[in-house]
This record gives sequence, structure tokens and C-alpha cells, in this order.
Amino acid sequence: MNIAACIKQVPATESKIRPSTDGKDIDRTGLSYVVNPYDEFGVEEGLKIKEQLGDGSVTAISIGGEKVAEALRTCLAVGSDQAIHIQDDAIEGSDGHAIARILAAALKKSDYDIIFFGRQAIDDDSGAIGIHVADLMGLPHVAGINKLEIIPDEKRAVANRQIEGATEVIEISLPAIFTCQKGLNEPRYASLPGIMKAKQKPMTVLSLSDLEISADSVDSSKAKTTVIKIESPPARSAGIIIEGSPSEAVAELIRLLREEAKVL
Amino acid sequence: MSDKFDVAIVGAGPSGSAAALTLAKAGLSVVVFERGEFPGAKNMFGGVLYTSILNRLVPNFWEEAPLERHITKRRFGLFSEKAEAAFEFSCQDFNQSPPFNQSFSALRAQFDPWLAKKAEEAGALIIPETVVDDLLWNEGQVIGVKARREGGEIEANVVIAADGVNSFIAKKSGLRKDFNWNVLAVGAKEIIALPRETIEDRFSLEGDEGVAMEFFGDAVAGTVGAGFIYTNKESLSVGVACSINAFIDQKIVPNDLLERFKKHPSIRRLIRKGETLEYSGHMIPEGGFKQVPEVLTDGLLLVGDAAHLVNASFYHEGTNLAMASGLYAAETIIEAKEKGDFSRRGLESYRKKLEESFVLKDLQKYRNVEAWAHKNPKFFKAYPDLCLDLLKDYFTVSEKPKGTIQKEIVKKIRSNINPLRMLVEINKLRKTFFSS
Repeated sequence: MNIAACIKQVPATESKIRPSTDGKDIDRTGLSYVVNPYDEFGVEEGLKIKEQLGDGSVTAISIGGEKVAEALRTCLAVGSDQAIHIQDDAIEGSDGHAIARILAAALKKSDYDIIFFGRQAIDDDSGAIGIHVADLMGLPHVAGINKLEIIPDEKRAVANRQIEGATEVIEISLPAIFTCQKGLNEPRYASLPGIMKAKQKPMTVLSLSDLEISADSVDSSKAKTTVIKIESPPARSAGIIIEGSPSEAVAELIRLLREEAKVL
Repeated sequence: MSDKFDVAIVGAGPSGSAAALTLAKAGLSVVVFERGEFPGAKNMFGGVLYTSILNRLVPNFWEEAPLERHITKRRFGLFSEKAEAAFEFSCQDFNQSPPFNQSFSALRAQFDPWLAKKAEEAGALIIPETVVDDLLWNEGQVIGVKARREGGEIEANVVIAADGVNSFIAKKSGLRKDFNWNVLAVGAKEIIALPRETIEDRFSLEGDEGVAMEFFGDAVAGTVGAGFIYTNKESLSVGVACSINAFIDQKIVPNDLLERFKKHPSIRRLIRKGETLEYSGHMIPEGGFKQVPEVLTDGLLLVGDAAHLVNASFYHEGTNLAMASGLYAAETIIEAKEKGDFSRRGLESYRKKLEESFVLKDLQKYRNVEAWAHKNPKFFKAYPDLCLDLLKDYFTVSEKPKGTIQKEIVKKIRSNINPLRMLVEINKLRKTFFSS
């Protein structure tokens, strides 16, 4: 099986996020980054399939600046065989549609049987790219899977997804795209030999011209969606501490719930 | 890649990276383990970086190192609750051309990754997010490390413990005993953002000039320690560093002491309208010469804070000593490799290199400072308060004849100070700081 896992480098979950001064992006100074946790499920699932079948290869693919190489090295350290880093200044400011086009072009360069995405990236939460790529490539997809079984001889797979109050079991022909939900697997930690070997594994850097995509076609002026504003959520108002003896405090609490909060 | 390295280094701070860079440049195979997410993630310092050794590691470092401002001005302030007496020294000779006076303000979260990157470019393998739990031994000789990861046992001819003040490696190896509270200080620091122009106006600086300020007495509630402000390009490093004992005795936590310091009238106007970007705390090994453990054994060298190499006197110098010890450790290992002897005997010259350099010479000179400070609390509370009180009397304007004021001051001194004892104390102070 030839497996690809598309990954995104996102700010670490504990990062303090604040809007940038122009209010159209986040302020990236001092942020630390991780591989999007949902994308890690894709990498792990790829590795598990490869191990189960005793054959195949897992390619981690990402888009972004120089720093993204660190995220791809992490994928190599846990066991991916190679990485593709799509890096081009023109991609700065591209919207989801452009990103999906670029990824589709990169994925078409090799015959992948299975392509994984996370169900969403934890930074912009758009949850669209995997499905968008499936559309552009004309491939079937199942979104938000939490279990996957591959039947290699028949080029088929059976995927489970959680729906409201039930589990949906879907059969799909390969090649196909899956977006991964929590519960699919437990991503592994890199072993020390894995980290050391990662430095020697191949990492291909591709530019837009390598993918035969013109720079101005992914320009922000061609974007189908535009971020108008990013703002911090409203600050939470302080809580109220009610003082006094228990009976007084309870009376006051009831009064506040009735008159201020209007929930009684 | 062969499984065995010439050198395994634990910790990618200044000492570890200095060693890694020197070793890798000499063609030795080096692996560096860093427990933080990236080198520098776990480190802090108030911030003057002395750079004489750095210039040997990376010639013309100023062209590329992420430094903030070059220090042209030093200020020492003595606080009481409401007053301050200060001494300031600035010199235009420190403002000519790089490397200026070999002293720069810097932020470790930027400096440490840069130095580690230099080591990596020279060929060292740097592995972050990996804790080293133990050493591997063979017949009394250290032969590698055990990292907390699957397949984590890595063999090396020599291990360098550069894992900081609380070095587990130094402890596991038996080279260092447990500390007592007197020899450790705790620093608490904030980075406070201010616009560049505000910093330059407020601190009377031009361009990239910087000032290092230290404050004693009431600045740290009269404890053994100091408060500090160092100017960065667009922020201030503001903090306090005091002996752990002082915190225990005064029943005060470092953060409260820092908040108290920030509210002092002399400080609050310097940090006014600044936004706190980050807060950090760290232990500092301030025991000096007497606390420096045995720095080597068969197959193992201790460097930097792990070897307790901090000059806590006036200079608050640690990073430079760390880089120096890393450099000397690397030079020692390069020689040992030529001889093919990584036993204690083969590594013995490391100790000598430290002794013959400013590293141990300075620590030896100031070897009594820590004991002196703990035996003479008056110099941190009673004397500063008295001194500022007398200055206030002297400068208070009234219709009292000046002669009377002076007489009252002399009387106050006599009632507070026993002149003979004062002479003895001053003599001790002189011996502690100025004799060799």
C-alpha cells in the first residue's frame, strides 16, 4: 500500500493566541508549534497499516515555510518513510481552496492507495481541506473515521464513523481519502533510534513550479474566501463571591439567580 | 550511522552547546539531548551575557547572534521603603564598535537555540524533548546515557553533564551531594514589553545601548539577594534573585517578592504601562568555589551550572563560565581522543584548564562571599536603611541650622553603630570582595 498522510503544523495547544496588529491573522511571535493532533492519527494509521501488511510506504506531506520541516521530521521520527515539503513564498496568504489545489497536485504525482487527513486542523478548524482534495482528485472519501479496516486484495476498505447516536459503517473502494477522528488510534512516541534515523530519511522540497501551479493562481487576490477579521473572544466577566452566614448567603444566591441571572 | 558516539552531551544550554560546537568542529561525533521542546525552552537568566568566550566559539558572533543591547551603563541602587541612593557608571569607550565591552543583554529563549543551531551546523546531532534519566556504566567507567525513549541507550566514549543546576547526572554519578539551602538562589523574572523609544527615553539610551541595573536593600525586602532590570531592544527583563534561605526565613514566595519590587517607587515608573509577556523562575547555584564538586570521573565531565560554576559576586556571571567550561571540556576530550584514554587520567586536564582560567580563579577569589552574606544580614537591611535615613536627614530642607543637622546625624550614627565593630565588619567586607 502506498500511503500518504497530509499534515499541518499548528500552534501548540497551550499557546496563548492573540490577534495580529492588522487583525487578519494571529500574532505568531513566540509561538511554539506541533503537528496537528488529528493529522497525527493519520500518520499513525498509515504506519499501522504498513506494519499489518508488512509492506508499503508512508509519505508525510505538508505545506508551509522552513519551520514546517520540523513537523515533517517528527513524522519521519515516528516511522514515516519519506516526506514532501511544499514550500513557496507565493503560498503565503492562500485560502483553503488554493491549499487543496496544491495538495491535490502533489498527491497526483504518486499513485497513493490511501490518503489521510486530520478531520480538522486545531488552529483554523475549517475541516475542509481533505474533502476538498477528494473532490479535486475525483476520489471517494469518508470523513471523521474512528476505525479503519483495509482489505488489500480487493482494493477495498471498511471505515467506521460516529454519527448522532449510532456508528455508521461504510465500505469504500481504494484509492480513497479518509479524514481522521479521535479514537482511531493512539499515536506513538518516537523512539531514539527513530529520531536519529529521521535525519537521514529523504525529505523532498517542492515549489509551485514543480507542481505546475502558477504563483498568481494561489495569490490571496484569487482567494475564494477571505478572512476579514480575527478577534479575541469577549473577556469573561468576574464571578461573584457571596459572603455572610450560610443562610444569608443562600438567600442572597437565590435572589441573584432570580433577579440578576433570571434563571429561576 | 554507527551506534556509538564520541561524546554524548546532556543539556543544550550554553555549556552543552559550546562543547558540542567545539567537538563537532574538530570532527568528533556528538549527540546532544535536550529535555525542553527546543534548546533554551527551559532556561532563563536576568540577562547580561559576557561574550569573551563566545567570540572564541563563534568569531564575530555579533554579526549573527540574537543579542539585544550592548551594555554601556551599570547602575547599582540601594533601596529603603521610600528612598533610593544609586551609583551609576557609564562609559563611551563601551559604545565604540563590536564586541563593545563583551557584555550584551540577551534573551535565552533566542540565544540558546541559536548557539545550538551553530553546533548542529557543525555536525552535532541535537535531540530535543528527550530526558536523560541515567548513565550507562561498565566497570566504574561511564560509557553512555539512558534516555527516556524506546531504544534510549546510547553509548559514548565520554558523557558531558550540562544539565543545569539540578543536574541529575552529577547526582547519579555520585560527584555531587545534596545541596543545602544557603548555596542556592531562586530567581523570578518577567519580560515586560515597552516600545523601543520609551525604553531609550526612560533609561537615557541611544540606539542599541543598554543598561544593567541592580538593586539591593529594600528592593528585595532586605534579604540576601538583589532585584534587577536589564534593557532589551523592546522589552525589559525585570526580576529578583535571592537565596532560598532568605525566602524561607522571610516566609515570602519569589513571585510576591517580585511584585513588591515592581511596586517600589523607583521601579514602578521604569516599567509603567509595560505589558508582561512572560514569567519564569529558576534556581541559581550561588555557593561559589566551595560548592564546585569533583568535576570529572572516568568517562564523565561536569560543565556549567551542573558543576556549580557561577560567580555570584558583583558580576552575576554564569553563562560565560558555562561556555568556558564547555569549551575546556571539549578541548580535553579532543586531547583524550588523540591519546585514546577516556579514563579519569585521560580527562584530568579538564580540572587544570578550569583552575588556570578565570573560571576557577574568579570563583576562588570570591569563595567567601556566600558565607559572608549569610553571616552579615545587616549589610542587606539595617545598614541600607540607616544610610538612606541619614541621607534623607542631610537633604531635608528646614530652618534648622546646618551645623545642628550634621551633629544630629553624627549622633544617630553613634547610637546605631559601634565604630569598632563597624571597622571589623568593613575589614571583613574588604577581605571577602577585594583580597585574592
